Amino acid sequence: MDIGIDLGSRAIKLAVVEEGRLLSSMVVGSSFEPHKQAQQLLDSYQPRLVAATGYGRHLAQKHFAQHVITEIKAHALGARRLFPGCRTILDVGGQDSKVIALDTAGKVVQFQMNDKCAAGTGRFMEMMAASLGYSLDEFSRAAGRVGETVAINSMCAVFAESEVVSLRNRGVAPEVIARAIHRSIIDRLGTMVERIGLQGELVFSGGVARNRVLVDLLAQRLRQPVQVPEAPEIVGAYGAALHLAGIP
Amino acid sequence: MEKNFTVKSDTNLWQRLDMDVERFSAVPGILTGAYQDIFLSQSNRPAAMDYFDSMVENIYTGRIDEILAAKAEGRPVIGTFCVYVPEEIIQAAGGVCIGLCGGSQLTVPDAEKILPRTICPMVKSAFGFKISNMCPLFQAVDFVYGETTCDAKKKTWELLDRYVPTHVMEIPQRKLERDKRLWIEEVKDFKAAVEKVIGSTIDEGALKQGVATLNAKREALQRLNGLRHHNPSPISGRDMLLIQQIAFYDVPERFTEKVHALCDELEIRCQNNNPVAPPSTPRIMVSGTPMAMPNWKLHNIIEKSGALVVNEESCIGTRYYKDTIATDGTSMDDILEKLTERYMKIDCSCFTPNDDRIDQVLTEYRASGAQGLIDYCLQFCHTYNIEAVKLREACEREGIPFMAIESDYSPEDVGQLQTRIEAFIEQIQG
Repeated sequence: MDIGIDLGSRAIKLAVVEEGRLLSSMVVGSSFEPHKQAQQLLDSYQPRLVAATGYGRHLAQKHFAQHVITEIKAHALGARRLFPGCRTILDVGGQDSKVIALDTAGKVVQFQMNDKCAAGTGRFMEMMAASLGYSLDEFSRAAGRVGETVAINSMCAVFAESEVVSLRNRGVAPEVIARAIHRSIIDRLGTMVERIGLQGELVFSGGVARNRVLVDLLAQRLRQPVQVPEAPEIVGAYGAALHLAGIP
Repeated sequence: MEKNFTVKSDTNLWQRLDMDVERFSAVPGILTGAYQDIFLSQSNRPAAMDYFDSMVENIYTGRIDEILAAKAEGRPVIGTFCVYVPEEIIQAAGGVCIGLCGGSQLTVPDAEKILPRTICPMVKSAFGFKISNMCPLFQAVDFVYGETTCDAKKKTWELLDRYVPTHVMEIPQRKLERDKRLWIEEVKDFKAAVEKVIGSTIDEGALKQGVATLNAKREALQRLNGLRHHNPSPISGRDMLLIQQIAFYDVPERFTEKVHALCDELEIRCQNNNPVAPPSTPRIMVSGTPMAMPNWKLHNIIEKSGALVVNEESCIGTRYYKDTIATDGTSMDDILEKLTERYMKIDCSCFTPNDDRIDQVLTEYRASGAQGLIDYCLQFCHTYNIEAVKLREACEREGIPFMAIESDYSPEDVGQLQTRIEAFIEQIQG
């Protein structure tokens, strides 16, 4: 049994793998000392090896993980195992979003990450939901109820928030604003995918992929189906565990 | 075994230079710490790096004393931020040509009190160093050589001129015959500006000597970079970047001698198979915008992630020394034309078209034995940023792993850059 652990900016994800199969997984919100939290999660298992990925990967290596790989490689391995035809991955996590291009053999050939700001990330979604008084679930449900009648132009989290305030003060309904925010995120993510050049099957991973409105809008924008894993936030941890397969 | 290293302080000297002594006093300590962490933590460094370490220890003291002593003899001291400065003319006048401070986040907030935030960090940093009296080199110059290689610079010179005399040389944006005529006129104007400081005329003999001195310096750097391309490399990318930065503030003759001494050592290391890192270490070439001292951010991340930087196609890199001046000029006009022809070979992205640069990058890539190319762009440097599109296309054609990075001097994106660079190394390793 191998374990992959993904220490992300918003959550810690753990995947237990045996002979390539995902036995179980776990997701917990990350605290100020993510490596201690991760260690506690690991205490209930006796893994052969542990591989860490995510922002806290080096901290994990200092404390318990024998191997580290980047999120890029981890998502490539995980998505490819779940969807063997996958050539493009869009991963949107708490703190960053990335697009990864794979060759036919599944090797990473190119990748892009968002610039150093929160735009187009899970954190941006949380901030926007909060500015409308919604939980994340309510936020996407509200956006799913209405059509598009207004636009949010700014992708800067700070400016977008003030745009939201001015729309509310014009009497625009919160669900309409929620919809506009979803659209603006998809415009940004869609452009990132197009910059890399979309090829083959597209897999959408990371916690943000649980948002059905985003998934539908992305499929429309890219004019092709979007594959979403059953547990999209686990893909990185799963990939990290798979990385251990060839290691004695 | 940790080496004893301290960037030296001299508050009396700084006082004389009208610096903000209280604020500046913290700088040597910060630089000492960063230097120990980035440079002295390396293992198996060449012994001849001692000299370059000492150049950093003396950057705010001993070297300044030398520059002030030259100035006291009536020799001109000219500051610059660009490799288009006709250094040979300064050398011919017995002068000192120095690259000024412009590579630190420290003074960016000072600059942002006046300049827009959304411009190049190098321009902001440099302007901030002057207006806050935080750069001893800046305080020592007779005038600053400015040029028109980008919008941020050329408009900032107008403001900088209020604090320190700034001579602006127009660099054309194309390389046609008429551009060359303009360029030669500009070189002559620059020569006149230097002559005004010394109160006499530079003659052919002096200029020939200046050309010979700078040619020798550039040839030494060519030799060093050639040795560094040896696979496995005998010297780290961090140390190479440092030497190329020191090239902008050291005495040319002494620097040339020390670079050759280092080269002699590296030749022996290559013969004895004593590389600075194991042969399996991934080799990465960096191209793009300059990294002014103490901007060691990218090299530090790349090499601490387990790869080696094997070439810099950059102003603080090969762009500074890949070309020398033909020495068969006889008359003053002839020498100045040959000098201009050399400067016209520098392939800055301010030129259009600039496809020679793409070929140059590929040539250096092959020579360096690199396995991937990282194009480094200072934030808001539009010309290099857009040129990266052509570079990416060329790399795709050639099957070269390529990644473009846009960054500034602030530490906030270090985590993200680390992830991207590690992933790039994973990509190279397959």
